[in-house]
Amino acid sequence: MSQQPLRHWIRRQLALLLAKPMVAALVIALGVLGGLGLATFVQGKGASYLVNDPRVCINCHIMQGSYDAWVHSSHAAVAACNDCHLPHDFLGKWLTKADNGLRHAVAFTTGWFHEPIQITPRNRRVTQGACLHCHGDFVAHAFPPGEANDDFMCVHCHRAVGHAER
Amino acid sequence: MNDDSSNIDQPAGQSPSARPWLLGGLFAATLIGVLLITWILVTMVGHQQDAREPYARVAAVSEISTDPLPWGLNWPHQFDGWKATAGDEFHGGSSALPQSKLDADPWLKRLYAGYAFSIDYREARGHAYMLYDQGVTERITKKPQPGACLHCHASVSVLYRRIGMDAMGEEVTPETLAVDFNTPAVMRGFEELSRKPYQEVLALLQATPDGTPGENEPVFPSAPAGGFSGEYAGEPVADDSVAKGEAHPVTCIDCHDPKTMAVRVTRPGFLQGIAALAAGDAAVPHLPSIGQWRAGSRARPYDPNQLASRQEMRSFVCGQCHVEYYCGDKATLTFPWAKGLRADDEEAFWDDFRFADGSDFHDFKHGETGAPSYKAQHPEFELWSQGIHARAGVSCADCHMPYQRQGAMKLSDHRVTSPLEKINSACQTCHHVSESELRARVATIQSRTRALIQRAAAAMTEMLDTIREAQAAGASDDDLAAVFAHQRQATWRLDYISSENSKGFHADQEAARVLAESIDHSRQAQALALRWRAPDAPDTSVLFSRPVRGVTPEQPPRTAESETDE
Repeated sequence: MSQQPLRHWIRRQLALLLAKPMVAALVIALGVLGGLGLATFVQGKGASYLVNDPRVCINCHIMQGSYDAWVHSSHAAVAACNDCHLPHDFLGKWLTKADNGLRHAVAFTTGWFHEPIQITPRNRRVTQGACLHCHGDFVAHAFPPGEANDDFMCVHCHRAVGHAER
Repeated sequence: MNDDSSNIDQPAGQSPSARPWLLGGLFAATLIGVLLITWILVTMVGHQQDAREPYARVAAVSEISTDPLPWGLNWPHQFDGWKATAGDEFHGGSSALPQSKLDADPWLKRLYAGYAFSIDYREARGHAYMLYDQGVTERITKKPQPGACLHCHASVSVLYRRIGMDAMGEEVTPETLAVDFNTPAVMRGFEELSRKPYQEVLALLQATPDGTPGENEPVFPSAPAGGFSGEYAGEPVADDSVAKGEAHPVTCIDCHDPKTMAVRVTRPGFLQGIAALAAGDAAVPHLPSIGQWRAGSRARPYDPNQLASRQEMRSFVCGQCHVEYYCGDKATLTFPWAKGLRADDEEAFWDDFRFADGSDFHDFKHGETGAPSYKAQHPEFELWSQGIHARAGVSCADCHMPYQRQGAMKLSDHRVTSPLEKINSACQTCHHVSESELRARVATIQSRTRALIQRAAAAMTEMLDTIREAQAAGASDDDLAAVFAHQRQATWRLDYISSENSKGFHADQEAARVLAESIDHSRQAQALALRWRAPDAPDTSVLFSRPVRGVTPEQPPRTAESETDE
């Protein structure tokens, strides 16, 4: 009984669609786009990027060396990828995640990137901020707040703390 | 966005003609979106597949597979890299040979006077050309040479095994040859063939199965029999020495175990040399596994295939050939490492070495002076051993075969060449400075080394002139014994660095040290030869030596008398 109005409605919609092939084609195309997009999101483990697990970073093979080196590093027990490579405030964290995610996706899909991979100036400032997030009290005299200085960063001397790939 | 489906009427404010365009545009944009997402999905799945299966064995390879073709089916990227050492395509023929070093640096003709290198000596080419260029160099075609040359210019382990098994009375068939490496047989075959004539060994090599029966087209063309002239040492090539199969330059099997693909060493000369190095007491801090073996019982000789780390093996495979050695018909091919890897250590080794007939060792008698001389041959492995990169644990392959990425696969670049061709992957993995800065640093080292080589070469040629003047004045070989010793030490050191292919980069300070000693020995030989012709020196003790002026004269010691005077 309750199926009657529903079937009517569906038939009416179909009739309307068939009366306008262009609209029909667009609707189908959008459906394909949505379906493929969802399949790609699932195949690429898209949801995993919304969490903090360092193993997410080795979804892409290129990070395997960095990950392997980090496991043996001095910071492995106290900091994972995101602790050093993302800002520690909500907005900065998600903006950086989006920015890097998009760049990495383009780079690894197209293969257009420098080998060995090199950190961008902006990301280097993020890691510097992460150093100071934990060690700031200790080195405050060397890094006065509000004075960004790209020529003077912790990793220039302490290169092996995160993942020295040797 | 899509309210058309529920509303047949046109929305207000839209002309009837605009709707198809809008719809068509949306449709096209959606299609482009679908294509883009499909492409992303396809590459992603491809990368995930790469990561899951680095390679698939579709063709069988065994210990007999010197032909790289079946290997290339399994490991196409490495195969392509190996083939790329020929450049864009293989360039054979006399017109394609690289520039003569003898023309670029005429002093080389005098350095090698009386030795085949003064006939023909050219710039190097890629691995692909090693067998072809050896077949056509006038060093081979104008002068008889031993089969030992093929130890490094061809894929010889199956040939050695075949001859060795035959000599040891084992059954030789393609099946028995393919079973395992059979080190004793390989060593025996190496001993059997080292001193035999080159052409004879080459013919044996061509008659050796290569794992692809019925397929007789080598990846790189063979050299014309008898070189460009069709002659060897003035004799026309015999008709019955027609190639029966393929001879290959160094291929996959020479550095890889066909069962496991592990990096391994196969060259008898290296296996004996590195065992002798380990058994000696020379410091080798860059080869930790030798230190561990020395600390152990030493019951069995040091075997790199059992004991070396993977990182050491990434240098050892190159050290199978890029070394100093004796290659002639008076002794089996020998790597002079028992006393160490420095130029001085190898020289001391040759000083004590005796030929099979018991006579003193020398590579050749110098054509201008007659001094017994040593020839240094491209000691890259030894010079690298003295450098900062070796000390820091950097292997040959790290710079000459740097890791590259194919999708999700990480593999060594098998296009072995100068690291300057791939500064980003070779240098910038460790050196986080710009490409131009790294290039400039290399240029600094190499230009300093070149300048020192030219200075040592000038000293060397003046030495030869002066010795010949003494000989023209009647000096005998006995009179010149000390001069000849200096000449040998001078030319050995100059040759050591000039024939080494890094122009000092592998160990810049060591290269400068060796060249400085070369200059010193040249000048000492020159001074001794001049002194032999000069009249006896007068007595110099009669000469006045001027003291330093303005020095307070020493007071005579005070006496009791002088104190009362005051």
